[in-house]
Amino acid sequence: MTEIITRHEMPAQSAENRINNFDEVALGYTPSIAEAEAERCLNCKNAPCMKGCPVGVHIPDFIGKIKEGDMRGAAEILTGDNNLPAICGRVCPQENQCEKYCVRKVKLGGSVAIGNLERYTADWAMHNGIEAKHRESDERLRRMKAAIVGSGPASLSCAADLARAGANVTVFEALHKAGGVLVYGIPEFRLPKTVVQKEIDRVLALGVKIVTDVVVGKTLFIDELLEEFDCVFIGSGAGLPSFLGIKGENLNGVYSANEYLTRLNLMKAYENGAVTPVLRGKKVVVVGAGNVAMDSARTARRLGAEVRLAYRRSRAEMPARAEEIEHAEQEGIIFDLLVNPVEIIGENGYASAMRCVRMSLGEPDASGRRRPVEIDGSEFEIDCDEVIVALGTSPNPIIKNSMPRLETTNRGTIVADEYGRTSVERLYAGGDAITGAATVILAMGAGKRAAEAMLKDYIERK
Amino acid sequence: MKNFEIVSKRRLAENVSEYEIYAPYVVRHCLAGQFVILRTDEDGERVPFTICDYSRELGTVRILVQEIGYTTLKLSRMEVGDALADFVGPLGNATDLSEFKSICLVGGGIGTAVIYPQAKQLRSERKSVDAIIGARNKDLLMYTEEMRAACDNLYLITDDGSNGKKGFVTDMLRELVNGGKKYDCVFAVGPLPMMKAVCALTEELGIRTVVSMNSMMVDGTGMCGCCRLTVGGRTRYACIDGPEFDGHEVDFDEAISRSRIYREQEQNHVCSIRG
Repeated sequence: MTEIITRHEMPAQSAENRINNFDEVALGYTPSIAEAEAERCLNCKNAPCMKGCPVGVHIPDFIGKIKEGDMRGAAEILTGDNNLPAICGRVCPQENQCEKYCVRKVKLGGSVAIGNLERYTADWAMHNGIEAKHRESDERLRRMKAAIVGSGPASLSCAADLARAGANVTVFEALHKAGGVLVYGIPEFRLPKTVVQKEIDRVLALGVKIVTDVVVGKTLFIDELLEEFDCVFIGSGAGLPSFLGIKGENLNGVYSANEYLTRLNLMKAYENGAVTPVLRGKKVVVVGAGNVAMDSARTARRLGAEVRLAYRRSRAEMPARAEEIEHAEQEGIIFDLLVNPVEIIGENGYASAMRCVRMSLGEPDASGRRRPVEIDGSEFEIDCDEVIVALGTSPNPIIKNSMPRLETTNRGTIVADEYGRTSVERLYAGGDAITGAATVILAMGAGKRAAEAMLKDYIERK
Repeated sequence: MKNFEIVSKRRLAENVSEYEIYAPYVVRHCLAGQFVILRTDEDGERVPFTICDYSRELGTVRILVQEIGYTTLKLSRMEVGDALADFVGPLGNATDLSEFKSICLVGGGIGTAVIYPQAKQLRSERKSVDAIIGARNKDLLMYTEEMRAACDNLYLITDDGSNGKKGFVTDMLRELVNGGKKYDCVFAVGPLPMMKAVCALTEELGIRTVVSMNSMMVDGTGMCGCCRLTVGGRTRYACIDGPEFDGHEVDFDEAISRSRIYREQEQNHVCSIRG
């Protein structure tokens, strides 16, 4: 029997090194590692991996091309299916998607590292100038005009698919830079901004126009867009941060993860001489345990802080990707588990400590996770000079408030069917704006499905 | 004309200038009380400014800028014909004083920029409008002619008595009310300590008071929470819930403390630009 070749892990900067810089942690496959990993793919006839991909990448096909040494072929397949592959190859939770269904997963040396191969292929495509291509499509679509609200992953994916089919697409972005959460939220060391920009450039090369500094619902209204365009897609995300609702939360030095990360990522406050300021605490506590909490903690670590992460449940319930949790731990983030903050204490207006209680896990709650219960008399304090609250986000109410006839849920999300059709004709939505905070790839899948519906509905109306 | 081009620039007082910016998108729906966020250049920070006037015909928006920080100093070195990198808005909610009939506007420093469009608006609704403008000295008073034309009565007061009466806006307001003036609303805009003092006085006098909070912001659309403040015991965002609030409910001490978060860092930047 031949020896089973195990999965090739991604080479990465060592933890000691990377906590001193903002460079990307993952270093990427070399051609020989990529080819060796591609060889592991069994090219299953029914391609179970594909059912785990929200944007339907033809996974065995592009990996097959890598095996053959045909990188151009691999790049063309990948960029044909996925509008932002270099981003997905970096931030997708592949372990819960494509790689979850890989037949090698359990007994054959681990799932094929599809995400790593995607990153490798996408980077090759970028360096070798592989452009996204227009598709053969109905002549009438050349006259279709679509407006897209927001420029995050859902919007970019929708915009690119519409443009590939020949439609005229204008994207309206509220901030001064396109990319949404990809530029304000996800840190440089996980997703370099030059990579994001190159992916956006590829979307622009399809003829998509992006207008920044337009807050839809304030600068322009959806109804105006519906007058000027044949259809409108809302991909405005879930940008409104949740706070703890405890005493002391408005002290200086208490940030929402959104504010902290936006100052550092979008406004580049980590660079020397940056104009936008950010406090550089020496003892930072991050509250929460999702990917955004890990991003915040690891960013604070890179700014030189001792970082603790306070989470009211146990390690098993942490919502962040396993890889992010591991990376955070390697970088020296201290996990204070089963700990719940009850008050932030201040000195001269600045946070100086966090009062917490210890928790134990009781019966499962509505989410199926065991409900944390306070342990009586367990109060204690954590010394800190900065607190970053990463408890999730909900959709921004600006659009909802500016358009009362648009049906929304009591959580503030827009009501839409699986193709993104909302309660208003010719108006579509997708991504976090309809699901609440989720992942980049789910948002992209939603953008893609909505684009399909927008094209189909347009032709039907003609 | 370039988007976000400076169409005119006028020095109003020491360290205060008025800029007219070409921003056809912003002007389409903007109303008195709303604000914009601008960046001077590609590496600039995002800073909010209240809209002080606008022309839908010309597509221009007017703001007043006091040179106190890095961005405002940088702006002061830009000239007519130069374009800002970004100018986004209108953000926040428009002022709504519709339930009031007799209003006293109180402006301190560049707060006058916020009460001026309000004066015009209220006047057009045929309401009774008085205004008090205060400043440290006569050189820092601004918009006096415009305000005089837009109000029933304008009262000037300076800390040193170099123009108008000597004292603070609160002294003037107390004097007017004691002299028999009846207001059902005070709309106060200016530095935080001034608004705090006005609110303390009007609480005593029993006059409803609206203030406009000029908190620091990053995105200005509810995304970051930088501008949060406590109003009536609840956390609110100046950007999407305000910028105007019931002054008697605002926790001014907290707002003052929050306004000083980056004082040290800001000082270093200002030094680097002043050279």
